[in-house]
Amino acid sequence: MLKFFEPNKIFAITSRAPKYVLFLFIIVLSIGLTEALFLSPEDYKQSHSVRIMYVHVPSAWISLGIFSLIAFLSLVSFIFKNKNFSLISKSLAPSGFVFNIIALVTGAIWGKPTWGTWWAWDARITSMLILALFYSMYLLSWKIFRKEEQAIKIASIIAILGAINIPIIKFSVDWWSTLHQSSSVQILSKTSIHTSMLIPLAIMTAAFTLFSILIFLMKYNTELIKIKNKGLDRL
Amino acid sequence: MINEIVSMNGYGLYVWSAFSFTLISFGSLFLITKLQLLKEKRKFAYKFGSLNTEEVRVAESQKINKEILAGILSSKI
Repeated sequence: MLKFFEPNKIFAITSRAPKYVLFLFIIVLSIGLTEALFLSPEDYKQSHSVRIMYVHVPSAWISLGIFSLIAFLSLVSFIFKNKNFSLISKSLAPSGFVFNIIALVTGAIWGKPTWGTWWAWDARITSMLILALFYSMYLLSWKIFRKEEQAIKIASIIAILGAINIPIIKFSVDWWSTLHQSSSVQILSKTSIHTSMLIPLAIMTAAFTLFSILIFLMKYNTELIKIKNKGLDRL
Repeated sequence: MINEIVSMNGYGLYVWSAFSFTLISFGSLFLITKLQLLKEKRKFAYKFGSLNTEEVRVAESQKINKEILAGILSSKI
């Protein structure tokens, strides 16, 4: 099964896919922006400021999802000694980090009109900030350590350690008294958010997912060509 | 109508700045990633061009190298 993930086999797909993903992303994002900014209703309490949710929430979800995936792949790469999984993790990290920053910044912008402050040392916000630090350390480890083996090892350890923070972020609103409300969107039980707001949220989440796939593919292709460039030097 | 869309009951500054920040971040990340990819592709094309006949034969025996070269010739992204 692991042979399926060999770069030589999947490059034919990853090199052609970005243009299709970009096309799909532009379409879905255009629909999402129209829904989020113009068609969805304003909230009875928060008025139009609720629209910030359509960029803030998907960004937070995706940054969490990507880090979970990085941690899982790092663990698998540790067990099976598969370098390609490390390469996939490395290529996922930039978009995850950017989504994390978007979640923090748009959260601060949303906080001002709703809570009256840009920043609070609330459990959810602080744990998201810690996630951004783990992302930074993960990305920096690939830059700092020049020896590939060493970089893979250190980056994997950072990702696995950072995974401890994931359930803390998820359950922070239940474990501590925070400014954040508990989850409105549930997978296993009834969602408390109205369909008129759930649909634009779902479309924006789809658009952001497509963007992270696009960046991942481009970054993965870059990393593979970088490896092949080194190979040409050895000929 | 336009004033209403821009001001959003006084929340316009917050809403538009949040969306702008998101889209600018997307644009910047896309550009940086694309430039890095183009740089590596150019480097590959240059190195491949400077190989001798025997080295070209060895390099072309790897399917992925052919794919990269084909991508350089036809790529728009």
